[in-house]
Amino acid sequence: MSVTTEQVRKTLARRYRAEKRFKFFGICAISIGLLALLLLFTDIIGKGYRAFYEYSVSLQITFDPETLGIDDPRDPEQLQYGNYEGVVRNALQARFPGVEEREDKRALSALVSTAAGYRLRAMLEESPELLGQTRTLWLQLNDDADMYMKTSEAKRETARLSDRQQAWMQELEQGNEVRAGFNHSLFTRGDSREPEQAGILGAILGSLFTMLVTLALSFPIGVAAAVYLEEFAPKNRFTDFIEVNINNLAAVPSIIFGLLGLAVFIGLFGMPRSVPLVGGLVLTLMTLPTIIISSRAAIKAVPPSIRQAAMGLGASKMQVVLQFVLPLALPGMLTGGIIGMAQALGETAPLLMIGMVAFIVELPTGALDAATVLPVQVFLWASSPEQSFVTMTSAAIMVLMTFLITMNTLAVVMRKRLERRW
Amino acid sequence: MQTGQLLLILAAMIVTAFIMGRHRALQVAQPLGGIRHLRSLPFYYAMRSAIWCALPALTVLVAWLIFDQTLIRIMVLDSLPTELQPVDGTARNLMLSQIGNVASGALPTDFVDAAVANAAGRLNQLQSISAMAMAVVVIVLAMLGGAWAWLRVSARMPAREQVERVLLVVFMLCAVLAVVTTVGIVFSVLFESIRFFGQVPIADFLFGLNWSPQMALRADQVASEGAFGAVPLFAGTLLISAIALMVAVPVGLMSAIYLAEYAHSKVRSFAKPALEVLAGVPTVVYGFFAALTVAPFIRDVGQSLGLSVASESALAAGLVMGIMLIPFVSSLSDDVITAVPRAMRDASLGLGATRSETIKKVIFPAALPGIMGGILLAASRAIGETMIVVMAAGLAANLTANPLQAVTTITVQIVTLLTGDQEFDSAKTLAAFALGLMLFITTLLMNVVALHIVKKYREQYE
Repeated sequence: MSVTTEQVRKTLARRYRAEKRFKFFGICAISIGLLALLLLFTDIIGKGYRAFYEYSVSLQITFDPETLGIDDPRDPEQLQYGNYEGVVRNALQARFPGVEEREDKRALSALVSTAAGYRLRAMLEESPELLGQTRTLWLQLNDDADMYMKTSEAKRETARLSDRQQAWMQELEQGNEVRAGFNHSLFTRGDSREPEQAGILGAILGSLFTMLVTLALSFPIGVAAAVYLEEFAPKNRFTDFIEVNINNLAAVPSIIFGLLGLAVFIGLFGMPRSVPLVGGLVLTLMTLPTIIISSRAAIKAVPPSIRQAAMGLGASKMQVVLQFVLPLALPGMLTGGIIGMAQALGETAPLLMIGMVAFIVELPTGALDAATVLPVQVFLWASSPEQSFVTMTSAAIMVLMTFLITMNTLAVVMRKRLERRW
Repeated sequence: MQTGQLLLILAAMIVTAFIMGRHRALQVAQPLGGIRHLRSLPFYYAMRSAIWCALPALTVLVAWLIFDQTLIRIMVLDSLPTELQPVDGTARNLMLSQIGNVASGALPTDFVDAAVANAAGRLNQLQSISAMAMAVVVIVLAMLGGAWAWLRVSARMPAREQVERVLLVVFMLCAVLAVVTTVGIVFSVLFESIRFFGQVPIADFLFGLNWSPQMALRADQVASEGAFGAVPLFAGTLLISAIALMVAVPVGLMSAIYLAEYAHSKVRSFAKPALEVLAGVPTVVYGFFAALTVAPFIRDVGQSLGLSVASESALAAGLVMGIMLIPFVSSLSDDVITAVPRAMRDASLGLGATRSETIKKVIFPAALPGIMGGILLAASRAIGETMIVVMAAGLAANLTANPLQAVTTITVQIVTLLTGDQEFDSAKTLAAFALGLMLFITTLLMNVVALHIVKKYREQYE
């Protein structure tokens, strides 16, 4: 055995140890990444699942004309000013007859959401014959009482209810007078200061209008730009300049696009604040580079033989591109478009700049109504101190993530199904 | 007339122009003996008519929509008597919104000056005149264009070439939009920044150690010296970005190496998309995670170790930002590592090097420029990242290198300065644009260098 071989043999064990160590670091790195993903998701789901159901309390509601101050339920004026809270208060006091003190009475009626009043009014409006009758109704609890029900028994002393209120809740719970049900208002209402009445429908509609504007503009413009750069642009300085610009824009921080929107669309053009139209325009500029880059890749993937065959048959350059190259490149372009849309749907910072952070209760009906979008709603709720809003925030995140994951999965499936390998 | 209705009418006119153009082409071809005697297919004659109908009308419509409000405002303000003329930008906006409220009926006329009520009437009058005039002009233009194209249809006309030329110009304009966007960004931040530097000396901004824009709100302290010193913001941004990169670079790089060189194809097909999910999570979600889970956790751990940790520590924001950047670094490095030619790998292995030696001594040096480019891109992302820091980092501008304390960043300050009460002229608002300019220049330089390196690297092995 030569000296060299001897030397190599001696170091072999050390080198193998180094090899194992290196591999171990790799596994660690992957695990950290996956662990972070797992933590993020369990944290959000663990916090948010409770927002999808809500507790209501069973009460004997008497539509007493005297308390309500209504003698003709067909009169809209009377209906509007009826004392519905009083009816709920009476029902609660009938349930807990021992409560005498003013303060205790107030604490008692605070258990039921103010939304109960609106519901009674809607019922009375729909069927006026209810006046004077008594019905057993399930009424929504206030957010603090709702959170109390949702926390497990061991942690309940931290809830924001007084001892007295907790005792009442326990009594109701033991009598099976509270029950959990699906939280409809989460998906049917706009924002509200009261957590139990707040919903994400307003934000979802705002996101929808914003995305429609973005899609209608960014996809055609992006594809057209990609076609020009890939098929028609002469090789010169100016084309290079455009390319450098596109690549740089793809890496410009999104907040800068917000500044652009604020200064140009709102400051210069005088467009209104907080509307999906302006949000859509800003997001269009932001997603364009992504769409252009992926569309160019899709066009590039179409083999030159197709172009040559079409040209050989006498098609003009434009005919070749529009009738042969584009249809073949379309799946790839759509994939890029979906990814761009997903990016735009999750974007928050530029929309803060153009004022889409306003507190808006009404549901938007078009791209020119003031609105907020889903990620901004998450941001707004995350800064509210109430425990219920933390749950709501997580629930909104879950809905947002569902949309995003669906879009991304769709993109992956489309890439696999439709994209042709040449 | 509503703009929506006008658009519908215009669309109907364009379709009509298309159909009529096609009909006319067929008519012209009839006596000649069929469409093969036409210079172009009937479709192109039809397209040409549609373009003539649409293009002038749409151009005027868009220009009108963009500029009419501005013009109307100027005219309304001019109609006010001299003693009511607003003196500065804020007063002007106030006056305009007052007139607008009266005009829309939100504010009763007896609450305001008679002159303002008159101006509101004038505003309403101008609005309706503008809308009517726009509708008339657009429709007439569309008719004229369509008629012109219809009349000009002839067998010898090169309709296809003309249509293709228009399309090409449209395509080119779409591509040029990227340049327009860049120019728009530069000018929008530059103009406001120049106005800001007119109020606050540029040296104070760049080298000042004290950042407290709130103080400047008081009239006696407007732009008082040192209130707009941005050094604490730069330092805070760097601190958080550095923490983020310290997490993202080793983890991302090692994941990429492991996935590219070691992992079984089954592990790879699971772990790679899983990591990519991290890239698809919106930043506001990371912000929520950082503010409500990671920051309290770090504070509790710190307290149990006897350290004082701010509840909005730089560490929490940096850590979560690092997690966000892991997939970014890993996918960029993965591209670069897999681009190293197979032959180099095989040669090294053939000489008896272990896998890790091959990676460390052959692949890594070869891929280094590309990896550096990727890290630079990640750093530029970290600097420009907004939502995580807005939600998890502090507002107070501390000049510190201690990651357990709260710091603030450029992006946080832009957001706080611009969401809230807004007057376009105060130094406070303008400061946001100056910060935006700094952010844009920094990230632009980093991106240009990084993209250049990555491109060079790719060419090397292609």
